[in-house]
Amino acid sequence: MRDVASERDVDSRSTLNERVVTLDVNGRTYTLRLDTRVTLLDALRDRLGLVGTKKGCDQGACGACTVHLDGRRVLSCLTLAAQAEGRKITTIEGLTGADGPHPVQRAFMEHDGFQCGFCTPGQIMSAVALMAEGRAGSDEEIREYMSGNICRCGAYPNIVAAIRAVASAGGHDAHL
Amino acid sequence: MRTFDYVRATDTQEAVRLLADDPAASCLAGGTTQLDLMKDGILEPPRLIDITRLPLHGIERRGESLHVGALATMEELAAEPTVAERLPVVRESLLLGASVQLRNMATIGGNLLQRTRCRYFRDPGVAECNKRSPGSGCAALMGAARMHAVLGVSERCIALHASDLAVALVSLDALVHIQGPTQRRTVPLTEFYITAAESPEHENVLDHAELITEVEIPLPPPTARSGYLKVRDRVSYEFALTSAAVLLVIDGGTIRQARVGLGGVGSKPWRAYEAEHVLTGAPVTTATFLDAAEATMRDAWTVPGTEFKVPLARRTLVRELQTVSGVTS
Repeated sequence: MRDVASERDVDSRSTLNERVVTLDVNGRTYTLRLDTRVTLLDALRDRLGLVGTKKGCDQGACGACTVHLDGRRVLSCLTLAAQAEGRKITTIEGLTGADGPHPVQRAFMEHDGFQCGFCTPGQIMSAVALMAEGRAGSDEEIREYMSGNICRCGAYPNIVAAIRAVASAGGHDAHL
Repeated sequence: MRTFDYVRATDTQEAVRLLADDPAASCLAGGTTQLDLMKDGILEPPRLIDITRLPLHGIERRGESLHVGALATMEELAAEPTVAERLPVVRESLLLGASVQLRNMATIGGNLLQRTRCRYFRDPGVAECNKRSPGSGCAALMGAARMHAVLGVSERCIALHASDLAVALVSLDALVHIQGPTQRRTVPLTEFYITAAESPEHENVLDHAELITEVEIPLPPPTARSGYLKVRDRVSYEFALTSAAVLLVIDGGTIRQARVGLGGVGSKPWRAYEAEHVLTGAPVTTATFLDAAEATMRDAWTVPGTEFKVPLARRTLVRELQTVSGVTS
């Protein structure tokens, strides 16, 4: 009997599946030849040098890899780079404008919204999206809709304070 | 992760044909289960068919039905005005699930097809898993069973179906529209799933080369009230220990119509017909709610670590019946 499984095993070890992928990141277009397995997170960090986006759990649990796809926050660790083709990708590096850091970035500094800083880019990307979604109406709402971003240092009170400060200063204007 | 061919399907018929051509291929939608399990080495499809570009994203109300494209995301469905107005139980089940990032990725079709969170299923180092390797046993029986199921289970498998949305949708008699290589068919969601007691390795009636194209939600009467209560170990971003989807039509102190779904307890999203039977025609009182809860969970099959779910599920249901009805006495 033909052993389909073992034939496939041999094939998959000997064949490298690559694909040319064009990505629109922070307003720039990049064309890359990538293994099909490469996630958007790994493409950003390892191929484009955009290491602001962090690899925490790499399994969709911690939120450190949060980026915006067409303006919506998603997890880049569970997105294949090939899936992001043709979509507008924004990373933490794309938040800073000609007039300096984004208001949410400034608020995180002013309110000490971090300790080690590893989760911070994901927190900030999430917070910027949160305001665009209109979900920064109260501390309770902020906590609920930021719950996909874990901070193991426990900087949550200051993160909430930073977001609240931007929201109460008219944060709906602060989104991208 | 094992290497794979990546193919992007552009129309539904093509996607179904690609699936039919390769018995080992898998579809990729939001990726929140599929890629996660591929990274863990639990799924190793040689070919991934990216279906996210198929024209199945729309959400449309036609008369008294909401037609939800299989690729609409959880956030998109939660934001739909008809859902806010007529289907609070659906909206709450969506917004209490996962995180915003995951809900922006996860599709409605994918949510229904999500795989169990059973840690033994998800650990390739565990040999005993009847879901992965039929006949190998079930490591969860003697393991940490807190997050496992007690209904529709047996000594072969106690894996939980962790979807909140599906619990709401089974209670609403949602329909699943399916496209196959030669025909379309429609299956009630209540008949879509297969319990772990029936077959650990087959979780639903979908054939390999079939694709969910749409979920149809019949709208309940405008006078219906509904809601979803989720009880969990932390207040947000956590799977349910127990949950209850409740819809009631109340008229003059009497329950005219009752729909009940239970989550966190079943190997499939659980419709609690016995509770509905007790509720229908009964007075809106806590005594009625206690009777309804008592009627549920009678077939529970527990292992050390899951016994607590039986009383907790009953209390969860009573609480949500009180919340939805506004009657606490």
